[in-house]
Amino acid sequence: MKLASRTAALHAAILVVGLAAPFVFPAHSVQFAVFWIMVLFALTWDAMGGQMGYNSLGNIAFFGIGMYICAITQIGLVYDVGEYTAANGAVAIHFTDAQYFGGLALGTALAAVGATIMAAILSWVLAGIRGPYFAIGTLGVAIAAAELTAAWPWVGGGQGISMPVFPGAPGMRERFFYFACLAAAVACYLFFRWLYGTRFKLAVNAIRDDEDKAEALGLHTRRYKAVAWSSAAFFLGIAGALFGNMTGFVEPLETAYPTLTFGIFMIAMTLLGGKGTLWGPIIGATVFYVMRELTWTYLLGWQYIALGVLIIVTVVYFQQGILGWVKSRRPEWFGVKVEERGGPDSGKPRPAPAPKAVSA
Amino acid sequence: MSGPIIEVRGVTKAFGGVVANREVSLTVERGSITGLIGPNGSGKTTLFSSIVGQHPIDSGSIRFDGREISRLGVQGIARLGLQRTFQQTRVFAKMDCVQNMLVSLPQAESGFFDMFKPYPPDLIAKAEHLLEFVGLYTKRRLAAGSLSFGQQKLLEFAMALMNEPKVLLLDEPTAGINPTLINGLIDRLKRANRDYGITLFVIEHNMRVVMNLAQHIYCMAVGKVLCSGTPEEVKNDPRVIDAYLGAAA
Repeated sequence: MKLASRTAALHAAILVVGLAAPFVFPAHSVQFAVFWIMVLFALTWDAMGGQMGYNSLGNIAFFGIGMYICAITQIGLVYDVGEYTAANGAVAIHFTDAQYFGGLALGTALAAVGATIMAAILSWVLAGIRGPYFAIGTLGVAIAAAELTAAWPWVGGGQGISMPVFPGAPGMRERFFYFACLAAAVACYLFFRWLYGTRFKLAVNAIRDDEDKAEALGLHTRRYKAVAWSSAAFFLGIAGALFGNMTGFVEPLETAYPTLTFGIFMIAMTLLGGKGTLWGPIIGATVFYVMRELTWTYLLGWQYIALGVLIIVTVVYFQQGILGWVKSRRPEWFGVKVEERGGPDSGKPRPAPAPKAVSA
Repeated sequence: MSGPIIEVRGVTKAFGGVVANREVSLTVERGSITGLIGPNGSGKTTLFSSIVGQHPIDSGSIRFDGREISRLGVQGIARLGLQRTFQQTRVFAKMDCVQNMLVSLPQAESGFFDMFKPYPPDLIAKAEHLLEFVGLYTKRRLAAGSLSFGQQKLLEFAMALMNEPKVLLLDEPTAGINPTLINGLIDRLKRANRDYGITLFVIEHNMRVVMNLAQHIYCMAVGKVLCSGTPEEVKNDPRVIDAYLGAAA
């Protein structure tokens, strides 16, 4: 129970800090909102890359798909999408509160569902591909999604879409999206926390350790892949919908499908924190995002080199990540029972809960 | 109930120009322990892989429980109740022994939403009971990858039992196992056959083991079935001795 109460205390502390942050530092609401998006990125990437061992380089595609689905829904509810995008932001429509928030809610829901369906279809197509081939295949998906979007005038093409203007008072916009991003990250965390308590967790770990053996045991490996990827896509779709509205402008290369920034960040954060754990991605996102903000502030011009060094050091010298390293040093902190040394094991009857062996 | 549970008829499998199995035919009786021997490279493991659907066969027929399975995939065949263990052990290295056992549950009945259920205590108890059966109870919280090769073989055997197969194909179950533990393993294989009603089909190089274990033995050489019979008949067949030691000139 000690572990459970400590976890509860940690949850409470994070929630208090999370709820207070935009009131204490109102000027930094957007940075904090992006931080929660980063947490969501790392958690969703880990479901495939950490728990199942399928390194996707293209998860950012679901972020972008969600962003566009939401944008088109919001606009399409009150105006003709083609005319709106053709006017290149020159159409000034006033969205009423009901239109804005109704459209945002519906758009976010459709973004989540659309990204989920997309992931389910893609997992069917890419399910048979493993290892580096899967990584490159998914990278291709992300790049193709960006190129297709840029070449599609109805959704604004390379010019992008100016998002509807937030109807509330100045300053409320940042606060609203901060709490929306916080809620999305918390929901994402709670979902995966629940999911990793079910049979799903051992099955995807088995696929990670030896997929052939998992198949030989009759596991429905395709189902697990579809669920893992779709779950990630669901939350990425929501994140995309919120991020697009928070930025106020949606375009394919820098905002919707930033393969080289967010797409790489989500992997780097997970590896840094410790893949295959629930808290590793969260810790990794925190450390990484702080580093990112510091380098952008104090090492401007060198920020990508600093992040590159961080990624290289993590991958080469620190593969288990922060949490993996702590876990290997202090397994008892994680409720891991260490070996019971029961002497030679040759079908002896089960030993009664024996006193701990005296260690030399 | 007796009668054949596995019927292999005229199975041929070639890898490029190398014919690993040529017109192989054999049957495994329901409830039996059947042995498969033969020198290295005689096609025993290839035959196992063909039976469990790891690769498509070039020609012939494989029936399991009266049903043609030579066109089914690995997962489908496993769910019908046909399991194999591997010569080089395959366990889930980063998961502990109990987790390895739990993930090996039979999958024939598992629906889509079963993946969102937790593991009930009786399944955990069953996993621990089977680990005790193979003598790994005290190691149950260790990562499978940290076990010795012999212990991994025992774990893989326990995982196969957890899967509740009708037939278990064992590829050299005693190879790499400490000789003092081999008798215990033979005993456990016999008990699995008797108590759990699992038909065993065993590739084995250790003649003492296979003679002790099997009721019926097939001997393969250069991709073909050379002969078959009771252990006594096979042991005294001059063709078998020739196959192993080379025919006298």
